[in-house]
Amino acid sequence: MNLDDALQLFIIEARELLEEMEEALLRVEQTPDDVETINAIFRAAHTIKGSAGLFGLDHIVAFTHIAESVLVRVRNGELKIDSPLVATFLAVRDHIGSLINLLECGAEPDDKVRHVAQQLTERLRAYVGNSLPATIQTTAPPAVQAVEAPQEDGVGTDHWHLSLRFNATVLQSGLDPLAMIGYLTSFGEIAQIVTLIELVPPLSELDPEASYLGYEIRFRTDADKAKIESAFEFVREDAQISILPPHSKIADYLRLIDEMPDDDLKLGEILVRCGTLTESELAASLNRQAGNDTAPAPKIGEVLVDQKLVQPKVVEAALDKQKQAKERSGGETGLIRVNADKLDEHINMIGELIIASAGVNLLAQQHGLPNLLEAAARLSRLVEEVRDSALTLRMVQIGATFNRFNRVVRDVSADLGKDIRLEIAGAETELDKTVVEKIGDPLTHLVRNSMDHGIEHAELRVARGKPAYGTVRLNAYHDSGSIVIEVSDDGGGLNRERILAKARERGLVKNDQHLSDQDIYNLIFEAGFSTADQVSNLSGRGVGMDVVRKNITALRGAVEIESNEGYGTTTRIRLPLTLAIIDGFLVGVSRATYVVPLDMVVECVELTADESEAAHGSDYLNLRGEVLPYIRLRQLFNVQDGDSDVLAESEDDDELALPASAASSGTALLTAEGAAALAADPELAFLLHPVKRENVVVVQYAGHRAGLVVDRLMGEFQTVIRPLGTVFGGLDGISGFTILGDGNVAMILDIPGLVRRLARHEPGRRAQLAAAAAVSD
Amino acid sequence: MAQKTTTVVIEGEMTIANVGLTREQLLEALGSGCSVEVDLSRVNEFDSAGLQLMIAARREATLHEVPLHFFGHSSAVRNVLQLCALSDQFDVAAVTAAT
Repeated sequence: MNLDDALQLFIIEARELLEEMEEALLRVEQTPDDVETINAIFRAAHTIKGSAGLFGLDHIVAFTHIAESVLVRVRNGELKIDSPLVATFLAVRDHIGSLINLLECGAEPDDKVRHVAQQLTERLRAYVGNSLPATIQTTAPPAVQAVEAPQEDGVGTDHWHLSLRFNATVLQSGLDPLAMIGYLTSFGEIAQIVTLIELVPPLSELDPEASYLGYEIRFRTDADKAKIESAFEFVREDAQISILPPHSKIADYLRLIDEMPDDDLKLGEILVRCGTLTESELAASLNRQAGNDTAPAPKIGEVLVDQKLVQPKVVEAALDKQKQAKERSGGETGLIRVNADKLDEHINMIGELIIASAGVNLLAQQHGLPNLLEAAARLSRLVEEVRDSALTLRMVQIGATFNRFNRVVRDVSADLGKDIRLEIAGAETELDKTVVEKIGDPLTHLVRNSMDHGIEHAELRVARGKPAYGTVRLNAYHDSGSIVIEVSDDGGGLNRERILAKARERGLVKNDQHLSDQDIYNLIFEAGFSTADQVSNLSGRGVGMDVVRKNITALRGAVEIESNEGYGTTTRIRLPLTLAIIDGFLVGVSRATYVVPLDMVVECVELTADESEAAHGSDYLNLRGEVLPYIRLRQLFNVQDGDSDVLAESEDDDELALPASAASSGTALLTAEGAAALAADPELAFLLHPVKRENVVVVQYAGHRAGLVVDRLMGEFQTVIRPLGTVFGGLDGISGFTILGDGNVAMILDIPGLVRRLARHEPGRRAQLAAAAAVSD
Repeated sequence: MAQKTTTVVIEGEMTIANVGLTREQLLEALGSGCSVEVDLSRVNEFDSAGLQLMIAARREATLHEVPLHFFGHSSAVRNVLQLCALSDQFDVAAVTAAT
């Protein structure tokens, strides 16, 4: 892995940590005593600092270091978590975030960023006060403490101790340990160094290019461990480097003595020579080590506590840390990072597989061999399962996106001086990753709008008999092949009259035009509908709402508003569940085949000639007492009847399997004029084809139902959605195409568009229908 | 036996780059039966490999009881010896006193 990759990984990891940190900060505000949460914040800061150190990102290290110092005080119970502290840390988190962003662009922090850093540093310093804990702040070694007490759990020295052993090959790799030691002196002082020359053989036996030297160094510095480690960054593979911080526990030295390949006693002496340990400390540790060897392997922690070497608290912390490390590594094995491109490629291939398997199915049916049919059926079932599991790879829960709004709500409500709470529901609802990424901005906009303009000020709320605090609710759920995301508030709702007045003023609506509530609310999505000169709770509602709609439409989704004046507003975003592969329902009109997304199909009914006649060309159907608007695909797409060619094969006829000759002869009898008339008026053509039965596919979208009249129902089909090229982009009623098993192309119907179109004309058409009914009576 | 003296002058680098050659040079001198003086005044680059060479030479000399002296340590050599706290083992004091 080269450095760039590693850096990329660092950036990703840092962002994740910052997210965790933010979450924990918001949580800790509610439960200030939750140790686990405080630890989570600390861990995030600490890990970022450590990793940044590895890359020599000193500005990030320096900044996080101060933040960490404050957190240590919080963790030790010296500081109480309160709102200002959380606010400070949220700002800190944002600043680290912007540093990371800069890093990603390869840019240096500019003056503005530096200014922010300085301000935050000052704010943090106020919290740290003068009592920086020794473990973190090495700049001011608490000398008093060190001199006073060779405490029971730490050695007296306030120096770092570095033990360096290099592999024989280190020189051959072009690295010079001396250069690294020289580098150490650039940020600290080598108080004592012992060069281990014992391993160097006599000249005659010397391999001049091998490395024999080792070093024990007592080192005084203000830098942190990561900085020291950075000196040895390039030899990490080629050396044994051990870095013990000041006041390390004797046990650590013991371990060092154990780990280093040298003779135990000797290394101990070297430590004394270095001044790291005193004679008595060494004697104590070696005794203890010997004791431990003979003991029946008690847990090291217990031994240390028994001997009053460390306080139980320290052991607990250590064990906790171990556990965390374990959990962390457990989490890492459970998840793999996969490049999104690879995933897309995988899904594309599965798309091809589905098409190929459809081809196999078709062939099997044509040949009718039972064995082949069975194999083909099994194949397509498996392919379907593979498809489903592949699609779930791209699915992510919306919860993470929702949780981000905790922060937004917190910040905005503080800005506005309103007490607003966020409720989240349906966080486990899954949707396509691409969609999740793109839905963030529109959602932010809607949430801000709700808070700013929807929710009233506390006095007004109380006057209206509502609780003083406002509530914004985010909800997500699946509904017939779409995912629905709702942003609702319990605020004042939209003022219908005011919107209408404004729209009339702007000429968007004519004075005599009558609009449904829905239509009026939708006006706020019009570009430039709302401007700054507007007043009260309407103002701003429309700012950027057109952008929201545009973003959602780009995802093949739709947005609608439901509002109840005085009680609140709900904005409902409806998005397709997936953007790649769907279960389709094949229908045929003449020779053409169309795909209806199966999730949107409610039922299929037969359209008898009687009913068709009863409708009187009004395109309304009585479905068990309900009015169902329908549309004839034949008419919609102006499908020419394939039978006009007398020699046409009979295959495209429906299952009724009328003798082809009968059907075609019917047409053949027509004069040229008659045929032209038929082509011009499919309705008439239909009436002249009395024997043909039609079917209605009832589809549902966003609560509206509509019927599609087709010739044939051809069953389910796994559909790989291919986008239409730009040339066909504007086609009405078609959202894409797919390739059938026999290589033919089938159009995917844009059901949302069709249903909307039918629904829009509903009120007017209903009157028409009534009129038609009256006439027929 | 009257001690003759061989002087080895090391020029330029005393680093991993030429350490093999320098080793041959020193081995030859140490095997000549004379006491050996090594002139380090013209060493302008000195690294771990050079340092090891000095240590190994000293060891070899002790093994065969050949007198070995380093003299005229250039600043490159002195710096390294100081950094590694080996100055007193490799005659730096004499040099610094002399200069």
